[in-house]
Amino acid sequence: MLGEGIIKGMAETARNFLGSYVSEDRLTTVQYPEERLPQNEAARNFPFLVFDGKDPHIGLRCVACQICEKECPPQCIYIVKSKDKKPDYIGKPQFYPSVFDIDTSVCMSCQICVEVCPFEAIKMDTEYELSTSDRFGELLLNKDKLAKSNEYYQKIHPTEAAEVDERLAAEKAKAEAKAKAEAEAKAKAAALPKPTVPIPAAVPAGAK
Amino acid sequence: MSLDQIFVFLKQVVVGWMPLQCQPLVSAILSVAAIIGVFASLFAITTVLERKGLGRIQNRYGPNRVGPYGILQPAADGIKALIKEDLVPRAADKFVHFIAPLVLVAPVFLALAVVPVGRNMVAIDMDGGVLFFFAVGAATELAVFMAGWSSRNKYSLLGAMRAIAQMISYEVPLILSAVTVVMMVGSLSTVKIVEAQAGYTGWLPDWYVFTPWGFAGFILFMIAAMAESNRSPFDLPEGESEIIAGYYIEYSGFKFALFFLGEYIGMFAVSGLGITLFLGGWHAPFEFLTWVPSYIWFFGKLLALIAGFIWVRGTLPRLRMDQLMNFAWKFMLPMALINLFAAGVWHFMPPGVVRWAVCAGLVFGPYALLGRTLFENKNITKRVYRYAE
Amino acid sequence: MSVTFAIIAVLTVASAVAVMTLRNLVHCALSLMLTFVGLAALYLQLNAQFVGFAQILVYVGAVAILIVFAILLTRGVEPPEQKIFSSSSMGGLAVAVAVFAVLAATIGSSSVLHAVLQPSHEVSVRQIGEQLMTRYVLPLEVVGLLLTAALIGAVIIAMRDEEGK
Repeated sequence: MLGEGIIKGMAETARNFLGSYVSEDRLTTVQYPEERLPQNEAARNFPFLVFDGKDPHIGLRCVACQICEKECPPQCIYIVKSKDKKPDYIGKPQFYPSVFDIDTSVCMSCQICVEVCPFEAIKMDTEYELSTSDRFGELLLNKDKLAKSNEYYQKIHPTEAAEVDERLAAEKAKAEAKAKAEAEAKAKAAALPKPTVPIPAAVPAGAK
Repeated sequence: MSLDQIFVFLKQVVVGWMPLQCQPLVSAILSVAAIIGVFASLFAITTVLERKGLGRIQNRYGPNRVGPYGILQPAADGIKALIKEDLVPRAADKFVHFIAPLVLVAPVFLALAVVPVGRNMVAIDMDGGVLFFFAVGAATELAVFMAGWSSRNKYSLLGAMRAIAQMISYEVPLILSAVTVVMMVGSLSTVKIVEAQAGYTGWLPDWYVFTPWGFAGFILFMIAAMAESNRSPFDLPEGESEIIAGYYIEYSGFKFALFFLGEYIGMFAVSGLGITLFLGGWHAPFEFLTWVPSYIWFFGKLLALIAGFIWVRGTLPRLRMDQLMNFAWKFMLPMALINLFAAGVWHFMPPGVVRWAVCAGLVFGPYALLGRTLFENKNITKRVYRYAE
Repeated sequence: MSVTFAIIAVLTVASAVAVMTLRNLVHCALSLMLTFVGLAALYLQLNAQFVGFAQILVYVGAVAILIVFAILLTRGVEPPEQKIFSSSSMGGLAVAVAVFAVLAATIGSSSVLHAVLQPSHEVSVRQIGEQLMTRYVLPLEVVGLLLTAALIGAVIIAMRDEEGK
């Protein structure tokens, strides 16, 4: 009958109007900036550098291997290796970056730097409110601005961070076990009475 | 002196203070100032209500930043309109471009002079009130043409011609539905038309909308009113997604605000006339509610009609020009004429159920038949997609 | 001769002169509308409410729109450049003066001009309707027939244009 469609349409509209006062799914607006939608765990925006512990300089995981600089497609990473070394999380002395710049106005968030980093040092951040008033100065993030703690990483990507921590802890345990075994062997060798004739050094038990 | 007549009393007091010579002048000025003040503030409120209403229909908030719940938004809009730069195209006809908004706004305010807002509250009680209303409404089409032509822009000219064609086509059903009521009352004066709907039969009021011909006439009148004031779904001449703004593309700042004002006040004026003709003017709907002042009823009904306009705007898609014209000439004009005939039959039959049945059949039968015949050679089926093999 | 009549008369005559002398065709059409409004004001001043409002409704609302549509759809939007006074203007002026002289003489020598003015009572629409239905019903029907013929003719012309394409 003529007009039936119009009446049905108007009933639907009225339901929308009245429902928007009572139910959530008929009023889907998020009042930004007072409320924000929560992001997915796998969301990513721009990269950041992870450091363990409290001091961003001492705990920085990055060893300035420059793989990410070479792999970055728009070449937005600039690294200058330091001259001296500092110990990493295992204890081995490594280089560290004295200058680490990422130009976020060029970065396209492709995550390639994260995928190629062998030291779990660079990860993707989820922060998107990065507007500044100075386009070229403030969008170039240097090492101080990029370094964020491991606790922050665990907060934004919990499962990833748990996985990374597990892997690093396993490696650390392996390295510690190796160091302990070496130390034991050395101690054993030192505890034996010193022979008059030089004999070849004893091979530690269990080691190859 | 009751709450109902408080404004009439106030006006008499103020006019009594003036010397005898200029009393008519002061009385006229007070009426005019009251009309402009009330309806311009109603315009401001309507813009916010419309945006918030449309927002809620579309699953979002309306404006809610300026003032609590966004009610101060018209102030922000007004300031923006005033301080915007007034661009006039170099090739435009300066004089006509300047006076077109004025020629639009002046007649629509004039039309509000014959609408009775409350008991004894009409600016001019003319013998030919309804005729005056339609005569003045016809002058707005001229303003549309002037606006469209003076911009020297082929799109705005096209929009103006389409707008005028639409307004003229829908004026015929509008006037015919109004003439039905005038015929039944026997007078063109709006005050007499409201007085003729004063009684209560049983618990229903005597309004004309509760008769079969009045109901059909009311619906026809409201549809034609929507088309006259270029409101969705009839806003092709000013469709924002098609012709940008149609005949007022080249206007900016305050002149644009004046066009906007003219359109909304036109909406109020024609709704006010619809209330006067069909909904009993300022009368209360039930007998036990007559203690509420008359102007409260009038503005309540006006707000209900405005809510209806907003509701339809949020629901229906825009009509195309040829669909619009077909609807006016092939459907609404025959229905208006048949309605006139049904009203005549109602007048001459004795009151009772038979009269109701006959008139309802006379109105509803052609409606169903017309609907069927107008659609039977359209083949509206689900769309079939063919893909390249 | 009241002030109101003087003002309205000056307005009407001035816009009529503007219709003849303005260069831009659409400006002429708009001045013609102003002339119609002036005429309606004169009717209203004589207390003929129905005729005055009908004048606005019909002339300004419909005839003027028809005129502007005709201008737009046939001449285009460019204002044509032409002289106001053509070469045959002297002959036209002579004819106009002759017609005016005849009309003025007729009106001046009629008896109505010197008759005692009775106070005119307001003619209500009801009386007009009654007269139309009783005394002038034949002219009413003939006018209706004429309008119907014009409507049908317009539809046929438009239809024939479509078929001829």
